[in-house]
Amino acid sequence: MDSALALHRFHFAFTITFHYLFVQLTLGLGLLIFILKSMALKTGNEHYNDAARFWAKIFAVNFALGVVTGIPMEFQFGTNWSRFSKAAGGVIGHTLAMEGLYSFFLESSFLGLLIFGEKILSKWGHWFAALAVWVGSWLSGYLIIATDAWMQHPLGYALGPNGEILLTDWFSLLVNEWAFWQFWHTMMGGVLTGCFIMAGIGAFYLLLHRHEEYGRTFVRLGVTVGLAAALLAAFPTGDQQGMLVARHQPVALAAMEGHFETAASPDMAIMGQPDVNKRRLDNPFVLPGALGFIVHKRWGAEVRGLDGFPQDQWPDNIALLYYSFHVMVGLGTIFIGIMGLAGLFLWLKRLYTFRPLLWALLLASPLPYVANTAGWMTAELGRQPWLIYGLMRTTEGASPHVSSGNTLFTLLGFMGLYTVLAMLGLLMIWREIDHGPAPQEKATGY
Amino acid sequence: MLPVIWFCIVAVMIAIYVVLDGFDLGAGIVHLGVARTENERRAVLKSIGPVWDGNEVWLLAAGGTLYFAFPALYASSFSGFYLPLMMVLWLLILRGASVEFRSHFDNRVWKPLWDVVFCFASALLAIFFGAALGNVVRGVPLDSSGDFFLPLWTNWQPGPNPGILDWYTVTVGLFAFLTLAQHGALWVAYKTKDEVRARARNVARFAWFGVGLMTMLVTVLSFRIQPALAASFHSMPAGYVFPALALAGLVGVFLFWRRQHDLRAFLASSLFIIGMLTSLVFGVFPNVLPSIGDPALSLTVQNAAAPEYGLRVGLLWFIPGIILAVGYNTFLYRKFAGKINLDDGGH
Repeated sequence: MDSALALHRFHFAFTITFHYLFVQLTLGLGLLIFILKSMALKTGNEHYNDAARFWAKIFAVNFALGVVTGIPMEFQFGTNWSRFSKAAGGVIGHTLAMEGLYSFFLESSFLGLLIFGEKILSKWGHWFAALAVWVGSWLSGYLIIATDAWMQHPLGYALGPNGEILLTDWFSLLVNEWAFWQFWHTMMGGVLTGCFIMAGIGAFYLLLHRHEEYGRTFVRLGVTVGLAAALLAAFPTGDQQGMLVARHQPVALAAMEGHFETAASPDMAIMGQPDVNKRRLDNPFVLPGALGFIVHKRWGAEVRGLDGFPQDQWPDNIALLYYSFHVMVGLGTIFIGIMGLAGLFLWLKRLYTFRPLLWALLLASPLPYVANTAGWMTAELGRQPWLIYGLMRTTEGASPHVSSGNTLFTLLGFMGLYTVLAMLGLLMIWREIDHGPAPQEKATGY
Repeated sequence: MLPVIWFCIVAVMIAIYVVLDGFDLGAGIVHLGVARTENERRAVLKSIGPVWDGNEVWLLAAGGTLYFAFPALYASSFSGFYLPLMMVLWLLILRGASVEFRSHFDNRVWKPLWDVVFCFASALLAIFFGAALGNVVRGVPLDSSGDFFLPLWTNWQPGPNPGILDWYTVTVGLFAFLTLAQHGALWVAYKTKDEVRARARNVARFAWFGVGLMTMLVTVLSFRIQPALAASFHSMPAGYVFPALALAGLVGVFLFWRRQHDLRAFLASSLFIIGMLTSLVFGVFPNVLPSIGDPALSLTVQNAAAPEYGLRVGLLWFIPGIILAVGYNTFLYRKFAGKINLDDGGH
């Protein structure tokens, strides 16, 4: 591969992966803070307001990092992918501009009010600010996913006389079936991150016997919402997303599953290492005959393998795609297990004192970050070798005049800057956790 | 007609961005001088704390609108100005981090560090934004597919082989720096009391003289560098209303400053910024990115615009969206109106 193209791709992959670490927590915590504010309103118990204030502080650090690392994403379409932008800007520019107008203004205005405005707003006003921040972040998620969905499954366009892409149906951009399932699947992923972080910190407090009243609230809320999200992430959202891939990107599905040869009733790989040159899976550990049922909901169904497609249509990094998909699915299954068990102990009123399970919640808290990252890698590696599926290849999209030297320079710059940001961000969030929630805390502000 | 409407919309959004984010960049530029004690610094930060990220959203929203309405311009200019744009991104990251990180540790290494980062990033951003405008006036070496790539600098001359920085664009950058310093100082004066206000007013007065001189200098230089400017104003004298707005703003800053009307002086400074930006845009029109060399290669409002269907349907979502956005902004600014009081809560 041409080295400038490889760098442009890695530049985008690196910056979007880092950005999404903050986004997923925003998506999850936005909902959880809104639930805490609602509980405060319903019960009149100040405890929930204190809890919400604690999480809003962590949310604010996380949100600020999400904002500053998000601006480079919009810019990079133009800086590094100018051929793609020129061709597709008239289509996906709509959803990107709508994101700025409809969700970022909502989010940023009401976040200011959520953080700074508790004393100048009424109880309901402050509750509404929490609602607006949550809705704004999910709306932003929808518009970005609609953008990605168009690249995965383009519709509502026609080709002009010189092959240019002309938008013909704006509404279909917004109601793309692909966007619908991918949205709910992705939101459940974000909620899982929020829930595992909340339950993990709650478990940490309970294990330490510090802030125990808050610890119980965090564990209860994290586990209750987390169990629902873990189930919904698998079924129906994950399942339906997989069906869309099977229908519209069957070659990506074959690569995700490490399925090289077309067969009736093929085995489904749970583990194993794909050897793409020899076209086989080494050390396979399989569910016999399960793939046909998973993909077509019919035992014994035939599933096309990679051999059923011309090689120039294959995703260009099959091994990484296979691992990403399996890591996501494997972790998703583990999440259902942990949250299911914790939910059971919560129902039996044993969870707050059952230390092994509190330890499990604490240690599992970073795992949704891995699963969400792997999920996005599955989606975007599966889209390869296309930038816009079936319309424009990734090799045709990069900026022609931006040299590999310039790209490497800015890539290294982002890597350095983001390393520092990550360390400082963790340091500050750790300090808030160590300090803990406190009733009627004196506001310090800037 | 539709491309012209969208061109005006993008220009207005960029002007709003510069007026709004301009005052918090300006506050960053002047805060080391006008706020000396911890409480004074906190007061300055609190004056922008609830609004800075919303102000930055105008940049994102303008960028997104530019992207869908003028994809060819977006693709060409963002890839052509690759390095400075990436540096602007880094500086925006540092600016945001400095505002949000500062309050998390209370010690004498952490806080002054972020104060200096805040000042440094804000100052460089102002200069880069000014230099970017300078490039739009001067033009860039576009090729027949509408692309170009400029290094940061070559021989510092705005000749046939220019860099992004040359003596002309750097002059515009310094002009932007002074303009935003004045704008930020007037904002701080409006939002604070006593000594901080007095120092901010003092800074604004010095900046005002600099801004006045630089306005004349940059105007003369711009008309010499880009002959199309004079042609635009000659062919459509109604365009003189834009420089007249700028002049009114500049005079207004001085008069309101003398009468101690802080808010009005700040609004006059906003008018000055809007007047200067609209004058520039009017002068370059119908080009959006002039070519150095063959004028036929210039990107124009017409040849850079997206197809008509997209522009028409775009108005349908844009109009309600912008009304909502202005509504949120108005609500937010009204809620946080008035002088900063350090005991009012926060995080």
